Amino acid sequence: MDKRILLLHPADNVYVVCQSLGGNEWLVTADGDMLVPDAVAVGHKIARNAIVGGQPIIKYGVPIGSALRDVARGEHVHLHNMRSDYIASHARGGKRALAATASHH
Amino acid sequence: MKGWLRQDGRKGIRNVIVVAYLVECAHHVARLIVDQSGSANVHLIGFPGCYPNDYAYRIMRAVCTHPNVGGAVLLSLGCEGFNREELADAIRGSGRPVETLVIQEHGGTRSTIARGVDAVARLQQSLAQQPRTGIALTELVIGTVCGGSDGTSGLSGNPAAGRAFDRLVEEGAACIFEETGELIGCEDVMATRAATPELADELKASVEKAARYYEVLGYGSFAPGNAEGGLTTQEEKSMGAYCKSGDSRISGLLKPGDQPPRGGLYLLDVVPDGEPLFGFPNISDNAEIVELIACGAHITLFTTGRGSVVGSAISPVIKICANPETYRKLSEDMDINAGRILAGEATPAQVGDEIYRLVLAVASGAPTVSEQLGHREFILTYKQFEPIGPACLPVTVKG
Repeated sequence: MDKRILLLHPADNVYVVCQSLGGNEWLVTADGDMLVPDAVAVGHKIARNAIVGGQPIIKYGVPIGSALRDVARGEHVHLHNMRSDYIASHARGGKRALAATASHH
Repeated sequence: MKGWLRQDGRKGIRNVIVVAYLVECAHHVARLIVDQSGSANVHLIGFPGCYPNDYAYRIMRAVCTHPNVGGAVLLSLGCEGFNREELADAIRGSGRPVETLVIQEHGGTRSTIARGVDAVARLQQSLAQQPRTGIALTELVIGTVCGGSDGTSGLSGNPAAGRAFDRLVEEGAACIFEETGELIGCEDVMATRAATPELADELKASVEKAARYYEVLGYGSFAPGNAEGGLTTQEEKSMGAYCKSGDSRISGLLKPGDQPPRGGLYLLDVVPDGEPLFGFPNISDNAEIVELIACGAHITLFTTGRGSVVGSAISPVIKICANPETYRKLSEDMDINAGRILAGEATPAQVGDEIYRLVLAVASGAPTVSEQLGHREFILTYKQFEPIGPACLPVTVKG
């Protein structure tokens, strides 16, 4: 696999960029070549496969949020196309739950 | 591996003498005793506060009777609130030689230093006669912390530490991870790994407590800089810290000073109970390391991205550098270069195996880099805790 990306867990649907990508670059992956259209910095995520809007984004083998819309394989995954699903446990059902959810998204 | 057998059945991988000041007023005298002893085996520890605190007493007792400690010299000014008699009794009761020096009764700075140097020499003689005995991996307690984290910590250093933890737990060691404030957002994921449903509730409650505590202090966990580094959500950020724990089942929840009853993986709840009273849960990385040592940790795995240089009194620290750029700058302070994972030169599993092998070597007596450099940091401050509940250490769990 291309050394510029890292698969943290076999169940992940995102790769993590570990050497920055300049845009319009082809990477070799276990699932065949993948085009990354955007410039992507170290530490950022790109989709390992096509992700349907509303589906969870899996990193470290667990959901870290969900896709806001359909995401293509090789696309940069960040604030513009995914969001958190986390609501602080101590706020769930409490007075702050609504406010926390509203401000979070 | 060879170690020192203590009266309570635990074994040490080091045999150090601690010189402990029981109030800041005795710090200088204690430090000069350590300096004049001229031995790397004599470690300075202490508690600066004048007012008594149950937590500080409990931690001091736990570290003075840690298996890596062979004997203790206690330094008291004389009028501080710390219960020096009870501490000395506890150390003596653990089968260790202990001497208490009270500056107000011994004629001041010079006389007390002279007495202290003599006391250390007597303890050294007594320690030299202690035989070493075989020590198994199943008798080791290993802790992990992260400090000076950056975007690489969750990609290389922490996953590698997690792989090492998996292997250590599988082979019967007790492993402890901590900092519940950095687990906010992955409490539900973590709870699924609990040995029992009741423990799962305790794990979740400990993270909720941390979230409330940090909220009162006015510190949110997810900062704009995190997004620039590629982190998108709270749960993603926390997973980066959480992955130090590996994938093993979680056998229990400890609070500072509690000992893991058997092998397995444990979460250490470091956030104080009750209303926030004494400020930040832990004021620096070494405060966390001291709490791990108070739980019996023989060795601490310390992952860093931006680059820490610290070690610790009593128990060796293995520093794991996540960031290849930091490693280039600070290689003289690092034991493990996990940044090779980002360069595509190694996998987390390979670096995890490297950490595992280093743990065995350090447990066999090989000095870590921070030990060689003379790092023996120690910090203990005011905190408050309630005892853990009965669900925190399920008795049905098999090691």
